[in-house]
Formats: sequence, structure tokens, C-alpha cells
Amino acid sequence: MKNSKFSSDRRKFLKSAGAIAAISAVGMPYMRNAMAADKLTVGAIYVGARNDYGYNQSHAQAVDFIRRMPGIKVVDEEKVPETIAVQKSMEAMIQQDGAKLIFATSFGYFNPHVLKMAEKYPDVRFAHCGGLWTEGKDPMNVGSFFGYIDECEYLNGVVAAHVTKSKKLGFIAAKPIPQVLRNINSFTLGAQSVNPAITTTVIFTGDWSMPVKEAEAANGLIDQGCDVLTCHVDGPKVIIETAEKRGVYSCGYHANQASLAPKGYLTGAEWDWATPYKMLVEATEAGKPMINFLRGGLKEGFVKMSPYGKAVPAKARKVADGIKSKMLKGDYVIFKGPIKDNTGKIVIEAGKSHGQQDVALEQMNYLVAGVVGKI
Amino acid sequence: MSNRILQKSEPFLLLVFAMLAAMLLFAMFVAVLGQSPLAVYQLLYEGGFGSAFAWQNTLLRASPLILTGLAVAIPAQAGMVMIGGEGVLALGALLGAIAGLMLDGLPPLMVQSGILLAGMFAGACWSGISGWLRNYRGVNETISSLLLSYIGIALLNHFVEGPLKDPASLNKPSTRPLADSYMIGNLPGMDVHYGLLIGVVCALVAWLLLKYTTVGFSLRIVGGNPRAAMMAGLRVNRWIVLAAAAGGAAAGLAGAIEVAAVQGAASASVISGYGYAGILVAFLARQNPLAVIPVAILIGGINAAGGMLQRRLEMPDASVLVLQGIVFVLVLGSDTLRGRLFSKMEVPAGNVAMPVLTEGAK
Repeated sequence: MKNSKFSSDRRKFLKSAGAIAAISAVGMPYMRNAMAADKLTVGAIYVGARNDYGYNQSHAQAVDFIRRMPGIKVVDEEKVPETIAVQKSMEAMIQQDGAKLIFATSFGYFNPHVLKMAEKYPDVRFAHCGGLWTEGKDPMNVGSFFGYIDECEYLNGVVAAHVTKSKKLGFIAAKPIPQVLRNINSFTLGAQSVNPAITTTVIFTGDWSMPVKEAEAANGLIDQGCDVLTCHVDGPKVIIETAEKRGVYSCGYHANQASLAPKGYLTGAEWDWATPYKMLVEATEAGKPMINFLRGGLKEGFVKMSPYGKAVPAKARKVADGIKSKMLKGDYVIFKGPIKDNTGKIVIEAGKSHGQQDVALEQMNYLVAGVVGKI
Repeated sequence: MSNRILQKSEPFLLLVFAMLAAMLLFAMFVAVLGQSPLAVYQLLYEGGFGSAFAWQNTLLRASPLILTGLAVAIPAQAGMVMIGGEGVLALGALLGAIAGLMLDGLPPLMVQSGILLAGMFAGACWSGISGWLRNYRGVNETISSLLLSYIGIALLNHFVEGPLKDPASLNKPSTRPLADSYMIGNLPGMDVHYGLLIGVVCALVAWLLLKYTTVGFSLRIVGGNPRAAMMAGLRVNRWIVLAAAAGGAAAGLAGAIEVAAVQGAASASVISGYGYAGILVAFLARQNPLAVIPVAILIGGINAAGGMLQRRLEMPDASVLVLQGIVFVLVLGSDTLRGRLFSKMEVPAGNVAMPVLTEGAK
């Protein structure tokens, strides 16, 4: 055989390698994780990577904040798909780590996974990010928290309107679900508050994390003349990078992406989950009842804006800051009639307005006039 | 005499060596990351197999992988490399959910059977297309199954976000949920649903059929040498389409079980990589339906234990993917040593019959 020497060397290597592994396996000291009884163990699971420059990172940052609180032990898992894996990961945190409060951060975790585990473990609290908990229907040890990030999207739109030359903005979105539509509409209304002629072109990629399609969509929008891009996908990284590479502006989403686009990053709509996380952890520590329904916007500190990039002119900063200060006082209404959808139908009548907490906005199923795209 | 024993045990020994080498390489990788390899292996064991809870966790994660592994291993018997399990599973979930809603009102057992049969039917049709294209139109089945997989996923998304969307599922588009009484329950005394049993039974049936009946014999001839099979009077075309369809039925069944035992409705959540993981499982099992069971359990265990590594050592999720990758490369690589491990002994030419089983690995 031609390479018998080689294969016999490899064989020897394999044999010795096997022996070492076997010895180490046998000699493994059996140790158990010592659990400090006085510490509150908090679990967290994310659907994507902790450092995705997006949704999951915004949660991981809040988890890091909790980690630094005294008397708290944190266990977390990333890339947990919305399958039986969610249930088992949560259960493992309860059984193997003694978790008493679990943050389930992906929207799709709620039904059936969080509900099932909440029924099975009534002593454990489950905090789900989204807006789904319903009184009288869902267990009392479950709570929903969410932020009104459309306020930040509106401000994104205001800033974008000041720098666009083509008057065409681009929005790359995952799926045409109410929460996404609300962001697209707020962004557009913000831009139109500066210049009513501005349009937003939307491309739906079909799923939350499709980096290749997102890059294609970004290039497609830029080729069509859009000169400010923003998005609602799980990880905005490639979109912001593509915009920067092609020399157009971008507004961030979920987390701060300024480092990806030092020239063109204007500002961004960021979650500030540390606020609700802290409230939920403190309620658990104090033995107060689970907070079942928790919402907030800029005023409550659930969302925040990225610091302005250097491309943002002074006038844009002034106008946006003016609106922001009204939002911080809680008296700015984004969805104020009359509002038409992009087929010409009136969706909010003149004289009618939907405040931030109006549940009617959570059923949104239209794109406002000035949005180029179809649901 | 001892030579014979050595030669017989060679495939097994190779596998063991490959696994041990993979463990050693992973230990080095872990050490480079600044973690103690001993602690990591301890946690891998504890998280995957160290307690009753860990075992059930492992088995639950393994159960879809047995079926998606079969989806690759069965067509491989006829010499096909089918990698579109993900989309086939999606369609199985979709049709399963539709069947569940259409049969609403019937006794639970009938509804459940209907869901599973619908899933199998959807999968068999979808994969059957790849088999048909290969035989009658000369289209490479690997490419066509992959492309059909994307179409399957798109169809699922289209229907759950469009015509079949439950209006109540606002931000997570899904079909209408199945009533709780129609959900497939747990095995007695365990926190593992019946899907595991179904998967194991399918694997056993596939193995028995392939090993002990003329069906398996015919398939292997077709896979090994289609021309010879034709000369022997076998209807090659039919066998190939059937093998593709049987594989698809397994993946479709996995999708239907996801709906009926876990999710309660079809949604994009069923597209979670089970189909692709099945490729890994089948290749590690050398396309042997029986070996698919332990391999799926091993991968399920590694996945279950991956959470433990993240929680206790704050290692990234990718670390267990690295372990899976090393195992995959070394086990497949060890094939090159086959017949050479005891190279001083003459290898009789007859022993080359084995590659028929691994035809798919080409």
C-alpha cells in the first residue's frame, strides 16, 4: 500500500489520542455546581446570537446589567430556536440552576412554550418580551413587557428627512406583522412631518434573519435612489454596513450600530431593556406579585435614541430634540387623524387620534400614504 | 481467526477512534479558549446524560432528528443524496396542521392519525418529485431537493401568513391552533412525547426492511449499479422514486409531529434546522437506519448539553457546533482508513461489498 507508513502513523496517533481521552474521561472529578442559596437566579434565553448588533444584543445588554446587580446570579442561553428547545432550556434553568425568574425574549417563545412551562412551574416567574399576556386567560406567574419604539422610529424619520436629497427613504422589514408596520408608518410619518413629499420604499425579506436577502434589498433600494436606509430585522448589521459601503445614510434599530457606519450613521431607535428587567427582578426579590403587563416608551426609559452621528445637521438635531422633549413629557401623539393608507383609504378619521397605549395600534394592518410597498 | 474478528470489528473501532480523536481535538480547542476541558466534558455529560431530566431533554431534542436522519438515509440506499429535509418538514407541518383543522370534531386518535398521515403524504410527494426528476428528466437530486426545500419553506410562510393565518396570531403568524385534546401526549411516566417512539419504530422498520427483505436487496442493487439492476429485471425508476418518497415521508412525519406534539399550529417556528441536522445525523450513521437512532441521541445530547456550557461557563453556543463539526469531519475522514487499519492482513476483495451502504457519501 502506497501510504501505509502514513496511515500507520495516523493509527498510532489515534490510538494514543484515544487513550488520553479515555483516561481523562474516567478520571474526571464529579463535581456539582454549588448553588448559593441566598442568591436569586435569573435565566434568560435569546433566539439569536448575543452579539448580533440587533435585537438579541439589546437583550443581552440588559442581562449584563442585571448580572452586575448585587445578589443576582444570571444564566443565559443564545440561539435557542422556537421549538421544544425553548421549553427544555427554561426547564433546565429551573431544574439545574434553580432559576426563579426567566426572561424569554423572543416573540415566538410565548405560545405554547412559555405558557406550558408557566403551568408546570407555578413558583417560577416568566417574563416574556412582547405584548401577549391577557388577563383572565394567561397564568399569573407570566408577564409581558414591551417598549413603544415607534416613538424612536418617528424621530429616526425626522432626522432622515433632513439629510435626504432624493426624498426617498428605504426600509427593509422582515414580515408585514402589526409591530413592524407600526414602525414603518411611524418612520414615514416622522419624515413627512418635515417634508410631506417624502416617500419610504419598503422591502419585506420574509424572515427575521436573512443576511443575504437583507444585503440584496439594501443594494436594490440604493439603486432605486433611496439615500437613507433603516430596517426592522433581527440583526441590522449587513444593512447598515451596506449603506455605509455604498455611501448613503442609515438609521439604526434595536441596538447602537454607529461603530459599523462611522460616516453615515445618523441615529437609531434602541431598546433600553435594562429598565423593565430591573423592575421585574426587583419585584421578584421583594416577593411582590409578578408584573403581568409592563410597557413604556421614551418617557419611561424603555427605549432610547442613539447619539447623533456627525452627518446630522444642527437643524435636524434641534427639530428632533424638540419633538423628543414633548414625547418625554408624554404628550406627543404620532397617529393623529386624518391618516390615509397607501391605497387611498382613510384608516384614522380626522379628529381622531390614537395615543401610544391605544390597543387599536397593535392590530395595525396598513401602510400609510407615502409608503411604497404592499403588505 | 483473530484476524477475522479484527477485520469484522474494524468499522466499529474506526468509529471509536474517530470519536476519541474528536474529543481530544475539542479538548484542545476548549483549552485554547481558556476553559478546563475536564470541566467542559463533565458539563457535557451532566447536561446531556447525567440525570433523568437530562436524558429526557436529550431524547426530546433527538426525536425529530431520527426522522430527518431517515429522510437522508433511506434515499441513500438507492444511491441518492437528498438534502432538502428542511422544506419537506415544513410542508409536512403545514399539511398536518390543515388536516388537524379539517378533521376537527372527530375522536382524538383519528385526528392525530390524520395529521401524521397528511404530513407523511406531503413529504412523500415533495421528495418524490426529486426522485422523479432524477430518473425521468436527469436532474441531479441533491440540487433539486435543496431547491424544492426552499420552495417548501416559502409555501409554508405564504400559507401561514396569508390564506391560513389565524387572525388572533398577530405578531406570530400561525394557523389556527389545534384543540388541546388533539395534541399528542407524553410517553407513560416520561416527559417525552410519542414522537420519539414513532421515530424509533420508523427507524427499526426501515432497518429491518432494508436488511432482511428483498426490498432492501433490490434497493441496494439499484443504488450500487442501476444497469445491473435493470439487467436483473428490477424496475429501477420505480425503486428510486419510491426511496425518495419514503425518505420524504419521514421528514414530513417529523413536521407533522412538531405540530401535533409541540407547537399546536404550523408556523415559521418549525423551520429550525431539524432538516439540515438530519443530514449530519445520516452521514454520521453511515446511512444505516438503525445507527440513525444512537447518532440522533448523541446529537440531541450535545445540543442539550450546549445549554449547560452556556449557562455554567458562559461559552458561546457555537462551541458545541465546533464539537459537532470536528466529530463529523473525523468520522467521515476515518472512512479513508477503512480496510487499512489492519493493513498487514490481506483484505479479501469480497469485503468491498460494504460501500453499497455508504454510496450516498460519494
